[in-house]
Amino acid sequence: MKSGFTLYTRKELISLLILAALIFLVFPAVLDVFRLNLVGKYLTYAFVAVGLVLCWGYGGILSLGQGLFFGLGGYGMAMFLKLEASTPEATKIQSTPGIPDFMDWNQLTALPGFWQPFHSFPLTLVLMIAVPTAFAWLIGVAMFKRRVGGVYFAIITQALAAILTVLIIGQQGYTGGVNGITDLRTLLGWDIRTDSAKFILYFVNGGLLMAALVACQFVRKSKVGRLLVAMRDKEDRVRFSGYDVANFKIFIFCFAAALCAIGGAMFTLQVGFMSPSFVGIVPSIEMVIFCAVGGRLSLFGAVYGALLVNWAKTSLSESFPELWLFAMGGLFIAVVLAFPNGLAGVYDSVASRIGKRRAAAPEGAPDAPPAPSDLAVPAAAAHRQPAAAAKDDEERLLLGGDRFLGKPAS
Amino acid sequence: MFDSYSASELGAIFAMQGFAGLSLFSVFVLMALGLAIIFGQMGVINMAHGEFMILGAYVTYLCSHLVENYAPGLFGVYFFGAMILAFLASGALGMLVEWALIRHLYKRPLDTLLATWGLSLILQQLYRSVFGAREVGVTLPDWLMGSFNLTDMIEVPINGVFVMGLTILITLGVYLMMFRSSWGKQVRAVVQNRTMAGAVGINTEMTDRLTFGIGCGIAGVAGAAFTMIGSTGPTAGQLYIVDTFLVVVFGGAASLLGTIASAFTISQAQSTLEFFLSGSMAKVFTLLTVVGILMLRPQGLFSLKVRK
Repeated sequence: MKSGFTLYTRKELISLLILAALIFLVFPAVLDVFRLNLVGKYLTYAFVAVGLVLCWGYGGILSLGQGLFFGLGGYGMAMFLKLEASTPEATKIQSTPGIPDFMDWNQLTALPGFWQPFHSFPLTLVLMIAVPTAFAWLIGVAMFKRRVGGVYFAIITQALAAILTVLIIGQQGYTGGVNGITDLRTLLGWDIRTDSAKFILYFVNGGLLMAALVACQFVRKSKVGRLLVAMRDKEDRVRFSGYDVANFKIFIFCFAAALCAIGGAMFTLQVGFMSPSFVGIVPSIEMVIFCAVGGRLSLFGAVYGALLVNWAKTSLSESFPELWLFAMGGLFIAVVLAFPNGLAGVYDSVASRIGKRRAAAPEGAPDAPPAPSDLAVPAAAAHRQPAAAAKDDEERLLLGGDRFLGKPAS
Repeated sequence: MFDSYSASELGAIFAMQGFAGLSLFSVFVLMALGLAIIFGQMGVINMAHGEFMILGAYVTYLCSHLVENYAPGLFGVYFFGAMILAFLASGALGMLVEWALIRHLYKRPLDTLLATWGLSLILQQLYRSVFGAREVGVTLPDWLMGSFNLTDMIEVPINGVFVMGLTILITLGVYLMMFRSSWGKQVRAVVQNRTMAGAVGINTEMTDRLTFGIGCGIAGVAGAAFTMIGSTGPTAGQLYIVDTFLVVVFGGAASLLGTIASAFTISQAQSTLEFFLSGSMAKVFTLLTVVGILMLRPQGLFSLKVRK
């Protein structure tokens, strides 16, 4: 990792700083706590979307079961918070004090064994991420080692997400059923329902997201990232070069699952409950659309995609609930047909057109017209050195540009 | 778990649950047949398949209303007309969708999944706006009501038997179309080698469109049959889509026999387990087993041996 390795090009660094400024300065400055909390909730989906960029965009592995990992992470955190809220004093009206209320309603008289570890916070933190990752590893080993991929992988992960939902809803006494785990109050004695707590959690969430973005960028730029792209485009050649393709796929799938789990846990903390409606098929596919709208090859794009789609969902379903599904459906079709690289692709092509125009102009005017972009994509990053632009083109070539879309992932 | 039942009771339970399983089997087979054609033959993941089915169900519902109000004399036989209309409506919509959407995505199977999911959302909301969010049911003609009493413990509902007969007929029809007609030959040729099929003069585009249309049409017929044993709501299609995909994949895509065998296995396992466990646990166990088997044998139960 000497001179050849730069984690961020200048342009990417600017994008990162703009995103950070947006999350840490602009949103807290202009939004009230309620809206900020909503944005925080959207940003937890960004963890999933960013994971999908690596897994799907770069690795070519489309998982329709990310809700599974999101849910497992979220449930892990929710179980800890629920146990903390269910002290014997707080639950003394129950027939069995000291266990969560829904267990009491379902005639359970003792805490089930798999809840026991969630009494301890450090253990919760470990399990919250380890359990989903282990699940992902299991799925990955079973599927990728047998060279199952593409469509089959998508269908099976989807089925697994469906199974977990049915299981959670069916085992009401152990999981809280269809209502999920609700009425969460404190984290280690700290009330998470107050405005100040929401404010702090928002920043913690933002910080974690930034860390996740840097980690993803590291993976993307490392040898693993390059191999992923190679595998996606010509799996056999990578295999013939002596690499064990399955291991890289398993790694990236587990990595994405761990990100989902963190997102899920932060979701529980900020929203204050966890329910099966964030686990099943519908949310899992929605998570894919966040990534697709933002751009499946762009880490930043995925964050903006998660923000935009969720914002549209909230505001549309607040005012026109009927229209929302039409809009969402239309969005799916439009993204797939017209913008396979999402917002980031649109932005890139606009930016490179401007870049070319500037390069062609005889004297490079220092203040060229800004990118005509109302898409919440950092417009300032449109100005860049020709050299940097050339480097970007090179990178796009490396990624195979649009060509990769012509290849099924299997 | 068998202790509390006597042998004859157990026999009756298995027979009745087996029969309930056969009803589920009929729905699975009808839905999976269309999907097996579209997914198995064309490689397109049609997530809106359930909505095509529901379209057929709504067409049947409309027919039953119209006939009941305007031509009550024909009520005994309206179902057959409704079935044909359901086939035509879903088939026509399918061909339209193929033309507008799917044909641009043949080289990107994963993207068909997202696009058709979008389509399914739009169709669901459309149904909800037109027919309301409530589930609707059709009135059955008299001759479909009631049940046969085989023994004093075993009862078999007539509508279930009817749907099953229908399933067998449709399956036979699909088999004849795929393996005995020139269209079927063209479809299989296009699937195996598109370029070569085009070179020998098969209109591959038209074949694709027709295949997709017929697959969707069969889903429509499935919807019509579905109204005989259950009520229809805007989101009913989504309930079955994952199960149906598992059925197709488990059977081995591109194998009709496999699809039927896997539909039979899954539906029987689920409905027999349902009696002893809760409904949700029965489903969890069945699906987990299927997923487990698929992980060990990704190509499914029956697989075509094709050199790739």
